[in-house]
Amino acid sequence: MTTSTSEPVTYAYAVARAHPDLAPSLTGLVGVSGAPVHLISEGAGEEGGGDVVLVVSPVSAADFGEEGLRRHLEDLDWLEAVARAHHAVVEAVAARTPALPLRLATVYLDDASARGMLRSAVRLFSERLDHLAGQVEWGVKIYVEATAEAAPESAPAADLTPGRAYLSARRRRRNDLEASYRAAQEAADRVGDVARAYATDRAAHRPQQGVLAGDAGENVFNDAFRVPRGRSEAFRAGAAGAGHGLAGVRVEVTGPWAPYSFAVPQEDEGTRGTDDARSAADTAGADGSDGSDGVVRGATP
Amino acid sequence: MSEPLSNRMGSYPSRAAPPYAQGSSANLADILERVLDKGIVIAGDIRIDLLDIELLTIKIRLLVASVDKAREMGIDWWEHDPSLSSGARDDRSLAEQNRRLRAELNALRRDRGIPEVDAEPHGTTRRRADQDDDEHE
Repeated sequence: MTTSTSEPVTYAYAVARAHPDLAPSLTGLVGVSGAPVHLISEGAGEEGGGDVVLVVSPVSAADFGEEGLRRHLEDLDWLEAVARAHHAVVEAVAARTPALPLRLATVYLDDASARGMLRSAVRLFSERLDHLAGQVEWGVKIYVEATAEAAPESAPAADLTPGRAYLSARRRRRNDLEASYRAAQEAADRVGDVARAYATDRAAHRPQQGVLAGDAGENVFNDAFRVPRGRSEAFRAGAAGAGHGLAGVRVEVTGPWAPYSFAVPQEDEGTRGTDDARSAADTAGADGSDGSDGVVRGATP
Repeated sequence: MSEPLSNRMGSYPSRAAPPYAQGSSANLADILERVLDKGIVIAGDIRIDLLDIELLTIKIRLLVASVDKAREMGIDWWEHDPSLSSGARDDRSLAEQNRRLRAELNALRRDRGIPEVDAEPHGTTRRRADQDDDEHE
């Protein structure tokens, strides 16, 4: 990839609460395309602002311009490298101070333009940062394991015709699968209970589907939970145990993540987080669900 | 159960190990679903059609729970439309498409007074038909 001689553009990773340790911690950190990472500040002196910063890197306009992005985003290696670098910077920042991750490939023509964006939304950012302070995100996925061939248990009765034996095996397999889906529902309910006890918000992710993910089983539940740091371990342990004693079900907990899934208030994207809307969202997220909304029914029998 | 929120804003231990344990070991699919689909969407100066990103995300979702695995297997998955690369699913959707086309065809035939074709040919009848064809040729 030839880098043009033109001015670099500004790649933005996250909005963050200013913190004395933040800038030093970015020294030596490698961002996307190996670029150094620095901060842009704005709003000093304004009420509600003043301590909100934008975390950015200078990147090549050839790679991150419109055309370059379009081309690169189809390249898995490139996408992975950028996604991991983006994520690494977000994590490094969120480890120091409350942070709002931006979506991948948020690019400005220069730092001044990025600063303008920050200025225009500094209050919103500040509110949201306060709201998310001291909280982390945990991911919980529930898989129905592919037990299809695993249990021939009772060998097909010898007196059955091949056709009947086949049908009976099929029925058994389907029953196993249905039992697994019920077990997954039970696990999801338990996760819901754990969330009610420890989490403050919940965000649904679409279940991960993969035709190549043979050994992983079918992902039927994929949600993220916002959890105060102090309850983090209790949540993790509780969620991880949700599959205990349930056959054909696997529960996977990932995290803690920076609050990617909660950076934007969930049900009020139009009104952008008034206090009322936020507490309503909190309530809904914490206990508004009966735990049954997350599990998709056995997608395709 | 109400532990105090010991870590309020600004009071993060500065030298403690980062509380984010994901690091480079995090599953790429988990990272992608967050960096592509979550986070704040702010219009940058560089406009990348969001639809492209959505499409990309959908492709990733459809195709791989483990992107790593895909690459491991040397599968050039961008080249192939995921909806065309899944054998089982495809058979089903093709069959379904077939069925609908056949129904449509029959509707047209009815309109014109032409005898309808068998709506749901069975495997066996199809084979017989194939054989018949061979014999005629």
